[in-house]
Amino acid sequence: MIRVVFFASLRETLATETLDVDSKDIGTVRELLDALIDQQGAAWHDALTAENVLMAVNHTMVDQDSPVADNDEVAFFPPVTGG
Amino acid sequence: MGQAVKIEVSKAPFDSGAELKALQGPSVGGVAVFVGVVRDENDSERVNGLFLEHYPGMTEKQIAEIVAEALARWQLHAVTVIHRVGQLHPGDEIVFVGTGSAHRGDAFDACEYIIDFLKTRATFWKRESISAGERWLTTRESDVLTAREWAGKQS
Repeated sequence: MIRVVFFASLRETLATETLDVDSKDIGTVRELLDALIDQQGAAWHDALTAENVLMAVNHTMVDQDSPVADNDEVAFFPPVTGG
Repeated sequence: MGQAVKIEVSKAPFDSGAELKALQGPSVGGVAVFVGVVRDENDSERVNGLFLEHYPGMTEKQIAEIVAEALARWQLHAVTVIHRVGQLHPGDEIVFVGTGSAHRGDAFDACEYIIDFLKTRATFWKRESISAGERWLTTRESDVLTAREWAGKQS
């Protein structure tokens, strides 16, 4: 399983904090995104393909071409605003 | 003297006076401190509250990376970064960045470097309460530009 987590406005838009996705056939973040959109439909497509969505695998920022493996934690979130 | 690093992300308030004192030591000639405070106004709207969210585990790791860069770039004896999360209100202290060094130049520069990158690189999200409701804030373009300027600076 791949553990998927969402933060801030993205979590609210999707009404989802976390979910587990079968890692079969998923090798990259892009393939994970495609699987999520396939499962969840149009609202997820719009939210997750927004230009400013950032992503991390196991607490490291990555891009869509980065590899994902079983037991990884993948996070999607909007631009950050600390300080 | 070694380098004392303290990094904390917490819902609890901090005592900025005590944190400043703790950065002092026999070989510390100066301490620079930045304290961020929640304002009661943003983009011409009255702000009643500010909710801070972070990514436990990742946020602390990112702060540690930013601090490590500062330690490599400047001569520092002590660094403290404390960032609050959860529900805050105008007047609340939200972030503390303190640097102790033999000389003021390193302390000032490192302190500014750390807060500049906290703004753009650490996973924190802010949601403001204004009279019309709640709104998530996005990264300020000016903050991104400020952080980018460090790439061109000599230390």
